[in-house]
Amino acid sequence: MSTSKLVDMRTAIAAHVHDGDTVAIEGFTHCISFAAGHEIIRQKRRNLTLARMTPDLVYDQMVAAGCAKKLIFSWLGNPGVGSLHAIRRRTEPAALAPGESLLEIEEYSHHGMVGRYVAGAHRLPFYPLRSYSKSDLPKVNPLIRTVQSPFGGEEVYAVPPLNPDVTIIHAQRADAEGNVQMWGLLGCQKEAAFAAKRVIAVVEEIVPTSVIRADPNRTIIPGLIVSAVVCEPFGAHPSYVQGSYDRDNAFYREWDTISRDAAATEAWLQEWVYGVPDRTAYVAKFGADYFKGLTPTSAPSGSVDYGDYR
Amino acid sequence: MSGQRPASKSELMVVASAHALTGKRVCFVGVGLPNIAVNLAKRTVAPEMELVYEAGVFGANPARLPLSIGDPTIVTGSTATVSMHDLFGLYLQGGRIDVGFLGGAQIDRFGNLNTTVIGDYAAPKTRLPGSGGACEIAINAKEILVIMRQSTRSFVKELDFRTSPGNLGGAIAAAKTRAAQGWGGSGPSGVITDLGVYGFDVDGEMVLSSLHPGATLDEVRASIGWEIRIPQNVPATPAPNDEELRLIREELDPTGAYVS
Repeated sequence: MSTSKLVDMRTAIAAHVHDGDTVAIEGFTHCISFAAGHEIIRQKRRNLTLARMTPDLVYDQMVAAGCAKKLIFSWLGNPGVGSLHAIRRRTEPAALAPGESLLEIEEYSHHGMVGRYVAGAHRLPFYPLRSYSKSDLPKVNPLIRTVQSPFGGEEVYAVPPLNPDVTIIHAQRADAEGNVQMWGLLGCQKEAAFAAKRVIAVVEEIVPTSVIRADPNRTIIPGLIVSAVVCEPFGAHPSYVQGSYDRDNAFYREWDTISRDAAATEAWLQEWVYGVPDRTAYVAKFGADYFKGLTPTSAPSGSVDYGDYR
Repeated sequence: MSGQRPASKSELMVVASAHALTGKRVCFVGVGLPNIAVNLAKRTVAPEMELVYEAGVFGANPARLPLSIGDPTIVTGSTATVSMHDLFGLYLQGGRIDVGFLGGAQIDRFGNLNTTVIGDYAAPKTRLPGSGGACEIAINAKEILVIMRQSTRSFVKELDFRTSPGNLGGAIAAAKTRAAQGWGGSGPSGVITDLGVYGFDVDGEMVLSSLHPGATLDEVRASIGWEIRIPQNVPATPAPNDEELRLIREELDPTGAYVS
């Protein structure tokens, strides 16, 4: 019989994210679980190794809040806007505040970062790729190495597996067992989840298993690998969920101003993270009208017929 | 629309970039100016072009100008939306991309690019975003177009860090490496700036191929950190026509966020 893994965010983070863990909150621009990031900040997790292709605002906020000791990434910016200033303050010696230390940095390219999750998920010792040839990246990251093909000796680069202690993904919907369905940009949600020891699946909506089974091609991960399911409407804001709400580009621009100043960043965290108990309160603080402005008009897919074979 | 205000430097860059895409089939798009250039090309000189976004979209039909590389408008109405493993493996490394657009904080005379750090890597003066997909686009796309504004800070004799390889130390070294390491592409084919358009000569070195209307050779020389190769006769870059300017100003960037 199936068992429900449905819990609230506080319970999920308390149970599955520990000090010192390697945490991957994935989602490429799309479906980034800010709700989980904020709860990790509220629970004051420390010494985390934060892995993400694009650290985005969520890791800028977690770094500013003191959760991280190390970043593993492939593109470190505010997408479409500019820099992640809180992280820059911890990576540029001249900008470092007294008493703070530089973050450890381990960087790849996008294909390399995806490949790390793929190797991790497939239980393989490395992922080979043609990137990095004549780039300086292997000189500064000793984990990017060459490997010779056993079939003719051709040399290519390789990256090691990445197996996060916990991967947190956001998606449109799941059933209570954690069978997750997603559409739009898929990023590396599937690979990062299969690579992880524990998975927290955060969704906009819990649906009956019959809804999942009516469209099995849409399932990106099965409940089999999911440790906890959290229903958190607007849990990806200020990133977006395809078909549900748009990216809050105005906030991404605003963060550029806020995050340039350490005191303003701290004030923002006090008001919008520590100052609210959970995501429901965060959403209520914006007000319902705010999210109406981010709601797209409808563009449903046609449905397909799987056939009934008895 | 004739008699409209003359093209800005950004508009000259966008239109020259669009012209460079004439007849191209599959283009890997970046945000900002490349995005406007590619969308302009699709409406004018390359109607058959498939727009590929690294976020995982093949055959995008964006209904608005995407702010970020992962905007939801690139998904709705696209031909295929795939995982990033598929995008980088099957589409890019698999050799399906004709043209990739890149930019950077620094470029050298051989079209090598830096998007990682200014200063020393371990203690950078400025920490830049890093590779993203740039390193593999440079290696795997069949050809590379670069869009960058010129200045002595960005067109430098020596990069602080080589994120994405271009013609390495010259054409011979680059050809040898491409063959030995199985690169899918032939490297940079053009650099489009606010002052002109550059190609690469037999040595693999950047050479001025046309000068934008209003720009001078003195400006070109003064904003490049090495002695730039300039042939005896440099033609003028064709000026944008009224329809191109109309498309940019009314449809592609109506608020002037990128091209004002």
